[in-house]
Amino acid sequence: MLLQTLITGLSIGGVYALMAVGYSLVFSILNFSNFAHGTIIMLGAYIGYFLVSHIKLGFYFSFLGAILGAALLALINVKLAYDPLIKRKAPPLYLMITAMGVSIFLENMVYVTVGSHFYSYPEIFKKSSINILGSEIGVLDFFALIFSFVAIYLLHLYLTKTKIGTAIRAASYDMTAASLYGVNMSKLIGIVFLLAGCFAGLAGVFMGMKYMVYPTMGWITNKAYIAAVIGGLGSLPGAVIGGVILGVLETFVSVYISSVIRDVFSFTLVIVFLIIMPAGLLGKYLEEKV
Amino acid sequence: MQYILGIITVICIEVVAVAGLSVFTGFTGLFSLGHAAFIAIGAYTSAILTYFYHLPFFIALIAGMIMSALVSLIIGIPTLRAKLRGDYFAIATLGFGEAVRVILENLSITQGARGLPGIPHYTTLPVAAIISVIIIYLTKNFIWSKYGRNAIAVREDPVAAEMGGIDLLKVRLLSLGYSAACAGLAGGLFAHYINFIQPAMFTSVLSTQLTAAVVAGGIGSLTGPIFAISIFIAVPEILRVANMWRLVAYGLILILIMIYRPSGIMGYKEFSFEFLRKIRKPESFESGV
Repeated sequence: MLLQTLITGLSIGGVYALMAVGYSLVFSILNFSNFAHGTIIMLGAYIGYFLVSHIKLGFYFSFLGAILGAALLALINVKLAYDPLIKRKAPPLYLMITAMGVSIFLENMVYVTVGSHFYSYPEIFKKSSINILGSEIGVLDFFALIFSFVAIYLLHLYLTKTKIGTAIRAASYDMTAASLYGVNMSKLIGIVFLLAGCFAGLAGVFMGMKYMVYPTMGWITNKAYIAAVIGGLGSLPGAVIGGVILGVLETFVSVYISSVIRDVFSFTLVIVFLIIMPAGLLGKYLEEKV
Repeated sequence: MQYILGIITVICIEVVAVAGLSVFTGFTGLFSLGHAAFIAIGAYTSAILTYFYHLPFFIALIAGMIMSALVSLIIGIPTLRAKLRGDYFAIATLGFGEAVRVILENLSITQGARGLPGIPHYTTLPVAAIISVIIIYLTKNFIWSKYGRNAIAVREDPVAAEMGGIDLLKVRLLSLGYSAACAGLAGGLFAHYINFIQPAMFTSVLSTQLTAAVVAGGIGSLTGPIFAISIFIAVPEILRVANMWRLVAYGLILILIMIYRPSGIMGYKEFSFEFLRKIRKPESFESGV
């Protein structure tokens, strides 16, 4: 029971981490909360669903399609909605409001065009489970767990080993300085959104497989924001740690205490965290500027 | 005609909430994503008092205001004392708003997710209009009072304001309390207008709408946000013909305002005919937030 809860928690935590990484990546560069991230996740889930059940592309190609589709949507999002503001050096607040506008726009666009039906992915992993040390562990949970961490590790390699990755890390410290050293900011922001979109698509497919696909499923991204805050806004290792901690704690609360108070617990946790450790576990807290 | 009057009533109700929020976000510079929670608390408090305990309408409204203001201290004291910055504060309020909604879904007195049907209908257009005018008047006085001036000083430069002897925590709490009380009042009016409330009505979408109205209307303006919320409610209603598309339009309006008129419809100004001459001037962020 304990091991089973732990693995379930880790797999949910892994998906939270996937969502939080995409969100944190954007935050680290542009310093604003991209509230449209949840909508991209939702759209990724839809793309994956339609590829797998209507076009019958096969599971792995659908997966890839969802990732690429979400990445493309994230890129369109930044080019059409955020770029005009970034070019004028608008304060992050305006980007945040624009992101909300994008999120409302896309979410309702789905309502209008696709409808408010709930779709569920074909049962590929759901039913089967494997037996580890006497605990029944769902293959989906196991798969999500492994895949999330592999994806995050690949991102880590990309950010540390490649030239573009180095540029992204430089820009997250100081955008102006990085652009003075010859980093093409507009291109870099595009790449960051592409990466965030990939992670959104990945997270979307896992969320869709675990629960259902519906227009307001982006709501779950609130948990990703919480995970990012716990780990420290803008810090990628922080996002992963925050996501895992949140996923495991949530699962333990819902198994051992009550599933009803799970969400209240998470939302209270973030407030408590902000009060005790405003910087999160790994973030650097910027004081109010003088 | 009935329909148009209904829209005007809803606008009057939302104006009450937006006037309060303009003090908090516009004049104190704090960004809340959880104001739907205060509306919900006001709505439930006054609805429960009239529905179960048969209290008079106005007493129930005032109780809703007080309740919202008191609850605002629960989130306000710790987060504002910790001096949470921009996004951190926004996410704290987002968490608070969602937590309140989940709690409302699981209390027995609120009848959970099913909601409260059959709340007596007390909010008519004259009631809503008179209350919104009173609130606009009070808010204007609040902004022009010593406390309002302190709030603007805090927004412009918290450190300098603190050096100047302004108690940051007190000013921020006061403006949070005021905006929460206004939101609670709007909630009470709303509950007695719609006659049915359920937790799903008070999601973060509602909070977003209010905050977006303040930003789109112009931070540092009172008439701007009022104008903006009227547009946000009226335009989608006009587009009712294309029923489902109205929220799509709302999202799009928000994006377009941010891109083409980022300092808000009114900027820092109040409504006067002077602004008509300046509306074509290019935007600059130098004087912005």
